Amino acid sequence: MNKKTDMPVMLSKPIEAPYTPSALSYWHILPIIAAMMIIPSLAFSAAGDEQLSPLAVLKNWIPLLLEGFVFNLVISVCAMAVGTAAGTALGLGQISPNSLMRSGSWFVTQFFRNAPWLVLLFFAMFLLPFEFSIAGLTIPMPDWFKAIIGLSLPVMANVSEIVRGAIRSLPSGQWEAAESLAYTRRQTLWLVILPQCVKRMLPPWMNLYAILTMATVLASIVGVSEVMTLTGRALSAEGGRPDLLAPFYGFVLLLFFAYCYPIARYTLRLEKKFAVIN
Amino acid sequence: MSWTPADPMVSINNVHKSFGELKVLNGVSLDVMKGDVICIIGPSGSGKSTLIRCVNALNDIQQGSILVEGQEVNDAKLDKLELRKKVGMVFQQYNLFPHKTALQNVMMAPIRVLKQDKASAEAKARALLKKVRLEGKEDAYPGELSGGQQQRVAIARSLAMQPDVMLFDEVTAALDPETVGEVLQTIKDLAEEGMTCILVTHEMGFAREVADHIYFTDRGVIVEHGPPDTFFQNAQDPRTQEFLSQIL
Repeated sequence: MNKKTDMPVMLSKPIEAPYTPSALSYWHILPIIAAMMIIPSLAFSAAGDEQLSPLAVLKNWIPLLLEGFVFNLVISVCAMAVGTAAGTALGLGQISPNSLMRSGSWFVTQFFRNAPWLVLLFFAMFLLPFEFSIAGLTIPMPDWFKAIIGLSLPVMANVSEIVRGAIRSLPSGQWEAAESLAYTRRQTLWLVILPQCVKRMLPPWMNLYAILTMATVLASIVGVSEVMTLTGRALSAEGGRPDLLAPFYGFVLLLFFAYCYPIARYTLRLEKKFAVIN
Repeated sequence: MSWTPADPMVSINNVHKSFGELKVLNGVSLDVMKGDVICIIGPSGSGKSTLIRCVNALNDIQQGSILVEGQEVNDAKLDKLELRKKVGMVFQQYNLFPHKTALQNVMMAPIRVLKQDKASAEAKARALLKKVRLEGKEDAYPGELSGGQQQRVAIARSLAMQPDVMLFDEVTAALDPETVGEVLQTIKDLAEEGMTCILVTHEMGFAREVADHIYFTDRGVIVEHGPPDTFFQNAQDPRTQEFLSQIL
């Protein structure tokens, strides 16, 4: 029925679907990783040595490597928790009515947001004491604890910006309505503003968490026994066989992929969902 | 010194207000008695919204005095929370809290600010929603309501604080034409019950019907004012005449 119109805009035209990156499935990545592991192994076994095959060696080490990976996850969860708590406080500082508080929070945020994560990690490792005393009690501060502090600093700064951005993105009418109902500033924040911000903050916050998880391997450089450190130790225990490098590091990559990719997919889904609602 | 109900409920005296270089109010004075309904009309940018936002201290003023039940608003030591308990406000964009249901929107402030107990606050909130003819919509979220319904929830939310004065800032300007009537009817009911109301509006027919007094503002001053019949039939100032000829 549209054929007769002389206005091209009236012609029905299929609406193009918006571009969405095609989702990788596990069966996409498995062959890639498998090929990375198997090809060098085949090359070496073709050399006819009487060593255990690389995959058999890997199998022996998997329990230890998994233990190391769980430690990475523990570090990531703790650093995220500490960083989120500190970052929320800092973000609220950035919108404080007190200008000194505001500029101070802004400076701290910018400073840690524009610092390399590895430098912050070294900073925490070598500047924090290895033990501290509270009321005559001496508590040791282990390396992994310092790593959590070091990694939580950039998380804090990024969360601060996420909180500030979410609060600023709410229409000012929400503040005005709460103020005219005689809410205090604290009530306005906790009852009206922040509950609405949680939804907006969730996708970038999850993104940050995935980035943090991948950054936990930096702790290997400062000697924390996480998955990269353990992989290195396992490889040298096996006498530094070059054919083991690809399967071992391939396995570590696979672990991180299996953990971070679902987070990324879920983040994307949340973003789309909230975009529709808003 | 102490205020009695025979004194003006709201007394605005020679108020000046500017945003940076821009002068918005240039010496505005008006009195509102208890139970009065006054309408402020005028072209956009004439300062009428700013004027009523000064009454509950959403905007501060640089010079002059605003007394609400004898309490000076232009005072650095003003207890804004006490002032705002007495003055209700309804906005053009409703500004309901989208994460709360209609009922929660209405009962939240009485519980949190006035420290009423939950059961009686809820009973009052239900009665108020019924009063603004939204029975059955208690559990709806603002996003599920039409503009007119949201605005009536906003009115109920404001009334729940039992204010002595209500400010209405162009509350029908963002509404679909078919829902304007229901909101105006709600305000009319309030006015008839004796609520003191200050309205900024573009609804001339409505202003004429409910107002006790009309103020016409232009460029930050009150150009002309009077009872509705005199004002609409017998405007003296050329600016008022021009404005009315464009609108009516």
